[in-house]
Amino acid sequence: MSLKDFFFPSGGLHLPAHKAISSETPILSAPLPEKLVIPLSQSAGEAARPVVAVGDRVLKGQRIGEAEASLSVSAHASTSGKVVDIGLYPSAHPSGLATQAVVIVPDGEERWIDKTPIPWQSLSPDRVRRALQAAGVAGLGGAVFPTHAKLPDTEVTTLVINGAECEPYITCDDRLMRERAAEILEGVGILRDLLAARTVLVGIEDNKPEAITAMCAANAAADLPFQIVAVPSRYPTGDARQLIHALTGIRIPATRRSVSLGFQVFNVATAFTVARAVLHGEPVTARVVTLTGHLSRPGNRECLIGTPVRNLIAQAEPEGTLESVVMGGPMMGFALPSLDVPIVKASNCLIARLPETSPATLPEMPCIRCGACARACPQGLQPFELYRWSRAREFGQVERYQLASCIECGCCAYVCPAQIPLVQYFRFARGEIRSRAEEAKVAEGARARFEFRQFREARDKAEKAEKLARAAAAQAAKVALEAELKAVDPEVDASKKALIAAALERARQSREEHAPAAGESA
Amino acid sequence: MTIQYSPFLRQPLRIVDLMRQVLLALLPGIAVFTWFVGLALIVQILLASVVALLAEALLLRLRGKPLWPHLTDGSALVTAWLVALAFPPLSPWWLTTTGVLLAIVIAKQLYGGLGQNPFNPAMVAFTGCIVAFPAQMAHWPTLGLAAPFADQLDIIFGFVPPLDAFTGATPLSIIKTSGGSGLYTNIQDILIQQNLSGVFAGKGWEWVTTAYLVGGLWLLYRRVITWQAPLAFLGSMALLSFCFWLFDPAHYADPVFQLFSGGAMLGAFFIVTDPVSGCATPRGKLIFGCGAGVLAYLIRVFGAFPDGVGFAVLIMNVCAPLIDRHTQPPVFGAKKGDAGE
Repeated sequence: MSLKDFFFPSGGLHLPAHKAISSETPILSAPLPEKLVIPLSQSAGEAARPVVAVGDRVLKGQRIGEAEASLSVSAHASTSGKVVDIGLYPSAHPSGLATQAVVIVPDGEERWIDKTPIPWQSLSPDRVRRALQAAGVAGLGGAVFPTHAKLPDTEVTTLVINGAECEPYITCDDRLMRERAAEILEGVGILRDLLAARTVLVGIEDNKPEAITAMCAANAAADLPFQIVAVPSRYPTGDARQLIHALTGIRIPATRRSVSLGFQVFNVATAFTVARAVLHGEPVTARVVTLTGHLSRPGNRECLIGTPVRNLIAQAEPEGTLESVVMGGPMMGFALPSLDVPIVKASNCLIARLPETSPATLPEMPCIRCGACARACPQGLQPFELYRWSRAREFGQVERYQLASCIECGCCAYVCPAQIPLVQYFRFARGEIRSRAEEAKVAEGARARFEFRQFREARDKAEKAEKLARAAAAQAAKVALEAELKAVDPEVDASKKALIAAALERARQSREEHAPAAGESA
Repeated sequence: MTIQYSPFLRQPLRIVDLMRQVLLALLPGIAVFTWFVGLALIVQILLASVVALLAEALLLRLRGKPLWPHLTDGSALVTAWLVALAFPPLSPWWLTTTGVLLAIVIAKQLYGGLGQNPFNPAMVAFTGCIVAFPAQMAHWPTLGLAAPFADQLDIIFGFVPPLDAFTGATPLSIIKTSGGSGLYTNIQDILIQQNLSGVFAGKGWEWVTTAYLVGGLWLLYRRVITWQAPLAFLGSMALLSFCFWLFDPAHYADPVFQLFSGGAMLGAFFIVTDPVSGCATPRGKLIFGCGAGVLAYLIRVFGAFPDGVGFAVLIMNVCAPLIDRHTQPPVFGAKKGDAGE
């Protein structure tokens, strides 16, 4: 604890790392499971449309789902085999929500499709983006935001590569950097060229000296101009904006997108998959997953997308009857409702927990406004105020205290001496604010429709009334004219009648003359 | 049942641990105080603790709250100890009891219990009783002149008025009452005359308050409290008293005397640092501490009571929510002034 931290804490936590459990053994390939459940939803966007049918034989890397929305990516068969089902399967989500998935029984041959590298240097940026989308490339840091959607035409000056891996327990990026630094940097080079970025900063927390050494060595060996920067180990430096701040000192508010200020951030594992997709024509079919916690054989495994969690945990040999398995880090992950969910692109870590070693849920106490949460908040928020107003359902106040800036990192809940599940309160408030905004939008639409209807009815009424008035006026005028005609002198009347009769006679003759001509032409 | 939602890691520090550390930090002060006034102080602390726990339990029951974990969170004990330390050690039992009941029942539980009280409970007890029972609240023992324990028990429990031999003026009250009397030309003379002059502040009191300071610094070191409110409180009081002292050293005590007398040290580290009734933002804490320090000095020197910490804190307590509202720190990436209003 530095003196500056004592007087002016800037937020964030120095957490017990628990990384050594899994960081010291090389990445192993997980055995081929008896079946793979590959969700068609592979990114933050909508699910892909299935393009295979039950009974089809597929090759490794073959597209099984086609991305249709701009924020979705294609899904691929992670190995060669036979499609046995397309249906709803529980997903790796806190709710265990069932989503559309393709089930493949592997044939054990691991036969690839014909790999065609992407000639990214000769293709237009838009073609490269579509190729990445078709290769299923999405952020492997956990958010699975599609990579192609992060390659805008606008100017990006600084490309930031995120190797911070700030959450405790997780070591998949650490191992990847140690073992495959050269390929990661190839991917970084491609991203740099696609963005035309001038500066490339690779941020790695200083608790990973081997990874830093490996990345520096690869950078020097390939004579690359990238800057490999050791950043202080402090949770949550792995957050994109926090990492940009750690590397450059620039604080980007939650209200602005990093890219609008010339920054774009990619995870090291994503850069690796970019290299595989672009240089080798391999779609994303696997990722490295950290298996840690109370396991006899912890470590990092390269798993095919769709591998059931149950298999991985069983192979890593739990030290007892597990209480639960957490997917993701201990700060932001979630307890899996069932082990029968597949590994997806977002699954960076599985933590096996025993009942006796997991912290017990202590009763939630009243908030005493001790401010520990505010001192821990990396975003400079006042979580105790957000909590108070969320609890009171005063969502206007919640917004006033800038809930929008919350990154749900969990620092506040970690330090709270009252054991208040602050993040859950904030998620609740966010959901309410969102649904209220939607309700307001619906209400606004209904109001607009209602007002238009009123306007239309009033207009129609007015038009009708006008028409009636005009008709009435015409009628009145006609009546008045007739009355006038009757009232005038009979002699004048007779001459007038004669005039009218003459006019009518002329008109009749004229019609008779023109009628045959009209008939001919008809 | 284990934690089922993120974060799955938790810092093993509960409210009861915080309260325990506050109680521990009071121990040096209690030890030194006991050294000077005898075991009466321990009796008062025990009495206050028992009354506080009983009152808390009864009120929790009436409010339909479970005793565990609320009774055992340690907050009632902290309040009880602070009341016992703020009251004269030879107070009759009913006075201490009244004070504790005021604090626990009125100031804390009736407002909704822990975390809900707008006013500092111990200071509500102190100010309430000094207004209601000014005579009894002025019976301070002469430090270093402890009556035999049996006599002390008689005074506390036996409706026996304390002997004048064992009680007397405190350094603060003597300079207040004798200050402008013309009898003395200089407050130093008064203190020497009354045998109340110590090494750097009031005799005996200087060591009690130093012990509070030690406990307070330990709390700072343990990060149970933050530095802003104590520093602003002591700093503003020191600055103000320094100005008056510079202007007229014969009639205004020096800053060191002011800080090490009465409730200044106890207030700085154990009262204005109360998170519930104080400010929570860093700048808010500075304003809160500063306001309390200035008011405490002004009441102490120009008001009707020998010490002003209690009143000053209560006045600042009502301002705290407003101060907090207008001192929101900027959020990450926002320019100063973007946040809050």
